[in-house]
Amino acid sequence: MTTTAPRGTAPAAPAPTAGTRERPDDPFVIAGEELPSRLILGTGGMRSLDELRGALVASGTSMATVAVRRVGPGGPGGLLALLDELGIRVLPNTAGCGTAAEALLTARLAREAFGTSWVKVEVIADDDTLLPDAIELIDAATALVDEGFTVLAYTNDDPILASRLEQAGCAAVMPLGAPIGTGLGIRNPHNIELITSRISVPVILDAGIGTASDACLAMELGCAGVLAASAVTRAQHPALMARALADAVSGGRAAARAGRIPRRHLAEASSPDAGRVTPLDPPPGGGTVR
Amino acid sequence: MASTGAAPDVVVVGGGIVGLTIAWSSRQAGATVALVDPSPGRGATWAAAGMLAPVTEVHFGEEPLVALLLAAAEAWPSFASGLEAATGHPVGLRTEGTLVVAADRSDRIAIDQVTLFQRSLGLPVTALTGRECRALEPALASSIVGGADVPGDHQVDNRLVAEALVAACTAGGVTMVAERASGLVVGPGGQATGVALADGSTLPAGTVVVSLGTEWDRFSGIPPAAVPPVRPVLGVTLRLRARGTALVPARTVRGLVHGSVSYLVPRADGTVVVGATAEERGEPLEVTAGAVHGLLRDARTLVPSVDEYALVDATAGLRPGTPDNGPVVGATDMAGLVVAGGTYRNGILLSPLIGRAVAGLVTGTAIAGPLAAFGPGRFAAGLGGRQVAGATS
Repeated sequence: MTTTAPRGTAPAAPAPTAGTRERPDDPFVIAGEELPSRLILGTGGMRSLDELRGALVASGTSMATVAVRRVGPGGPGGLLALLDELGIRVLPNTAGCGTAAEALLTARLAREAFGTSWVKVEVIADDDTLLPDAIELIDAATALVDEGFTVLAYTNDDPILASRLEQAGCAAVMPLGAPIGTGLGIRNPHNIELITSRISVPVILDAGIGTASDACLAMELGCAGVLAASAVTRAQHPALMARALADAVSGGRAAARAGRIPRRHLAEASSPDAGRVTPLDPPPGGGTVR
Repeated sequence: MASTGAAPDVVVVGGGIVGLTIAWSSRQAGATVALVDPSPGRGATWAAAGMLAPVTEVHFGEEPLVALLLAAAEAWPSFASGLEAATGHPVGLRTEGTLVVAADRSDRIAIDQVTLFQRSLGLPVTALTGRECRALEPALASSIVGGADVPGDHQVDNRLVAEALVAACTAGGVTMVAERASGLVVGPGGQATGVALADGSTLPAGTVVVSLGTEWDRFSGIPPAAVPPVRPVLGVTLRLRARGTALVPARTVRGLVHGSVSYLVPRADGTVVVGATAEERGEPLEVTAGAVHGLLRDARTLVPSVDEYALVDATAGLRPGTPDNGPVVGATDMAGLVVAGGTYRNGILLSPLIGRAVAGLVTGTAIAGPLAAFGPGRFAAGLGGRQVAGATS
């Protein structure tokens, strides 16, 4: 050992426990297919393949997105070989596309290259916000569904747009919490809750996750899953953050199913008033009252 | 090149900066050497920017690389002067240091986080305000909001180094074989005995050193377990030339511009290298308009006078990336076969250290020091197995 700082100085990221895999009585199903984990990881921005491997394993994820435009044919040592080795399903995305026509072409390329008809459709309006272009997105989703794709649509946190995407036949809608890469969390939780309460296909919170509490909140708001990319790949210890997000998704899902208590304005004691000790009663054993 | 005559002690396959340095160093160590490459000194070596940046290249999770990169930087001054003495060619080693700068407040926060991390590793980095940055480098934009001074990160003109190495090898008696190597020749005992060339001839060798950048799949005969798990990561650099009175920084300027890394490396002759893109793909080695646009957009955000420079060159190259971003250097399980590669973003920086270590290896000395942790065996557990530097002893 001749290097100054061994890899072991980073906090260890333990392997996922059984708790990070979803329960059999609460399966996560998209387009009739069950996914073992409600956490989906993005693979862009990795600092090294080893680090990405650690994060993927620690997250317990069963599906990871891959940008079709960024990834060439997978040679030895490449990203696709890694996902294949770990048994993680590839979800191609159309990142970088600005029009429906471009997204359509990219999705067709992805179907050939990756042998899957699943696609996460992204149609981005500009480089400063990376926000979805609603009009092009609807066109792209409609055309892709018509061509037989299983479409997961990255969208704004707009309940009406989300409904339109469901009506177009999308298998899942993926509203953003905040713009891509900002780590600003869920800026409009009320809209996300409106979306999850009005939509019957799975809602997956995508973009904006900065840390575990953001992922937990998404699940508490009724999301069926969470997609995180930069939150993991740009964390100081990606594997540990991946594990934290998996735990948060699990915890948030359980909380959503358990049902939170109603919010009240004033306090309500959890123990009854009856039988309490008053200062006038002599304490047992005859000691002084404190 | 026929298979007649005495076999050289060492045949180096691949004439990037790593292979060239190994050939020259081995020759200096007294070995007879041949180097096989149709165009030595080109490829990623030609595209690189030449930063010798043991500090600014270190990020979270790359702690095991620190000692290696620092040792590699230490090897450069004597290597450069030796090369200049052997050839009479200057190689443009500049020691003005590096300034890391932030283009906006979010970039500043990100840089401050990395600066703290680098300081925690004991690396010499000092945080600076925007005004302090501009006082050191008046060419910087007034919008720069802060940064860090990294006095130990230097640069060399990688193209001059490549040309000097070819000249030094030729003058020093290395046999330069301008042919493509197609595969390994394996003896009856399972040991490497030479190299087959694309023209059908063979070149016998005492030891074969394979240094193929990203082209390992075009060379047959290496046992699969000994092939470094390398993937190509395409990068584009631009070369500009300062004109007239346009301001040019003296230090290397590395910026974070709205989240993307950009750098300007000023040569002594007025050339400024701007880089670099990073795409997870291999060929074709085309320079896209978008790559040029993105590089210039970010460079002029940092140094506005870039607008006045002449654009003289745009070159694409393939970085050989490994799962842990560290190089792969050492003897393999096959007798007579050494591999050297996987230098990723640090090929120029690492070459003198690798050259010296491999020259020692082929003349009978095992690799010692930080490089010993980066042998080819560490990926044996599978692609990116966890037997990496720092976990091996």
